[in-house]
Amino acid sequence: MTSEAVVHGVEWTVKELFVYPNEFIYWSIQIVMYPYMTGLVAGAFVLSSLYHVFGQKDLKEIAQFSLVFSLALLPVAALPLLLHLQQPLRAMEPLLTPHFTSAISAFGIVFTAYALIVISEIWFVYRRYFVDQVHELKGKEGFANMLRLNVYRALTMGSFDISEEALRVDHKAAKILAGVGIPVACFLHGYAGFIFGSVKANALWMSPLMPVIFIMSAVVSGIALCMLTYIVIMEWKAFRKRRTEGVTAAIEIKGAETDIINTATKYLLGFLVAAISLEILDLIFRGYTAMKSWDILRSVMYGKDFINIFVLQYTLGNLVPFVLLLLPGRTLKRTVVALLLVLFGVFMMRWNVVIGGQAFSLSFSGYMHYHIPIIPHSVETFKEGLFGALTVIVTPFVLFWMINKFVPSLERGEEAKY
Amino acid sequence: MSCSRRDFLKQACGGTLASVLPVSAFTFLSPEEARAAVENANVRWAFLVDTRKCVGCGLCVKACKNENEIPYDAPVTRTWVERMGGRDGFIDNVINGEEIDPDNIAKAFFVPKLCNQCDNPPCVQVCPVGATYQTDDGVVLVDRDWCIGCGYCIMACPYGVRFFHPVHKVADKCNFCYHRITKGMNPACVESCAFDARRIANLRDPDDPVTKIITTERVAVLKDEYGTKPHVFYIGLDENVR
Repeated sequence: MTSEAVVHGVEWTVKELFVYPNEFIYWSIQIVMYPYMTGLVAGAFVLSSLYHVFGQKDLKEIAQFSLVFSLALLPVAALPLLLHLQQPLRAMEPLLTPHFTSAISAFGIVFTAYALIVISEIWFVYRRYFVDQVHELKGKEGFANMLRLNVYRALTMGSFDISEEALRVDHKAAKILAGVGIPVACFLHGYAGFIFGSVKANALWMSPLMPVIFIMSAVVSGIALCMLTYIVIMEWKAFRKRRTEGVTAAIEIKGAETDIINTATKYLLGFLVAAISLEILDLIFRGYTAMKSWDILRSVMYGKDFINIFVLQYTLGNLVPFVLLLLPGRTLKRTVVALLLVLFGVFMMRWNVVIGGQAFSLSFSGYMHYHIPIIPHSVETFKEGLFGALTVIVTPFVLFWMINKFVPSLERGEEAKY
Repeated sequence: MSCSRRDFLKQACGGTLASVLPVSAFTFLSPEEARAAVENANVRWAFLVDTRKCVGCGLCVKACKNENEIPYDAPVTRTWVERMGGRDGFIDNVINGEEIDPDNIAKAFFVPKLCNQCDNPPCVQVCPVGATYQTDDGVVLVDRDWCIGCGYCIMACPYGVRFFHPVHKVADKCNFCYHRITKGMNPACVESCAFDARRIANLRDPDDPVTKIITTERVAVLKDEYGTKPHVFYIGLDENVR
């Protein structure tokens, strides 16, 4: 192995024209995944809060699911950072010895606070269910039942009071936590935007609008992912029910309800408009003020990255789904296509910010191109390559499947009272 | 006067805190610490690059790599030399088969680059764990045992002087050969430069010959628009140098 191979960034960076020797694409695919996953966490939580705080009754079913899904997404927001660190064993240092002038040092505090809020809100929402399960499983035979009983007993944390009064307190606590959670969720993601927006050395990133743009697009992607997962799971359940128990039983399950999807779509469109407006404002402002960096930025945005920014992000990721969702006579299939495109659009936005910000040299006289490693041949090319990114994408679904075994966020009918 | 247990505890805690806080503002310095505090106030390291003298031999880069154990073949370096000008980027006076009059090939010169040891260093500001820090004499250092390798400092440096060390896997950059200058020696690049194009200065010492040049002659710094207050001064800079 030559020593060249171990220089971080050499593997996937191609330089063009005048680039300083030490410049490489240091922040690669995992740093694209980081704001993407954080955004999904924040967005999922905001969607669940629309029901818990603002009493959007028609969002109830999807709100319960979003809340639990937000918990499943949460550890995955930190995973890309861990995969990206050159010294992953020192990952706890920002928590233990934070250097508070750095935006990253806030991560530990905000992330922990947010995790506590989400976990305690879920506890208050599902406490009655835990207690019911304990009573139900008591006395049942079998190792699996005993295991479940003990898990639920631990989950109740010794609080077995399910009187009217106690449940009222639970409800109130969940509402307060959801209310506090909204600003914290926004902060969690707004500060991810601040990490980029405050880098004065980077002409593309440096903008006070960056945190706000990040929050808006976060909510868009979070709502889109929750809607999509919800539709897929509910349709799958209905499909299975129809196969096993016939048409009549399927009616009870119904699949994804149109009114829930309609309301969620309205919020999605609102946030999408806000996100696009801010991004366009940022673009126009840069062109109009035409600072020193504008020449190179223009050549990147209108030249090298034109397909990525204007075709894939704005047209395919924003405009097309916008039209698809607004045109009358929307079907569930069309909604699913639009949601997939929205998720793709937000991903491209993160890509264009993170990779696009490193597409030009600090000398303003050269370019760098990022070639994502596909087939890994070392730990680094796995971590910071396609398969590292796929690992990050798959993990929340696996976690959700596990959490959902104990906290049934998708139950209906009798169970739906929780 | 009656005093409940609660009140007593409250007042006792308050009183203790109030008396401890002002005392904790004073610290006892060991003699070494005291001397260091006073002596460091007399040192502010700076660097002078005379682009008119540099011939682009690259010995400084080689010396730096040897001295600081940066693998020679790795495409990262603590210092480098940029070749500027020529005519429209050409390096030969024969352009498209046509010979150009040497008088028309102006502004062909070399610019050595290294860490600017900024007074307002963005790399120090953004380090999430304080692994990169500024010493009292103005040099920015990296603690290899504490750096987590997030790369934020590399992103924050407008001069592109930082990189990940290929062996230690932590952020790395020029530190004016801090291990040498604090012992009265010259940095490796200064030592190896046969043309006096690179020189180190102590700005707090008015008798330092290099400081005299910096304070009395026309010098420029790189990218001052970022507000970093760089401390590598250049003679003979051109607007094309970035």
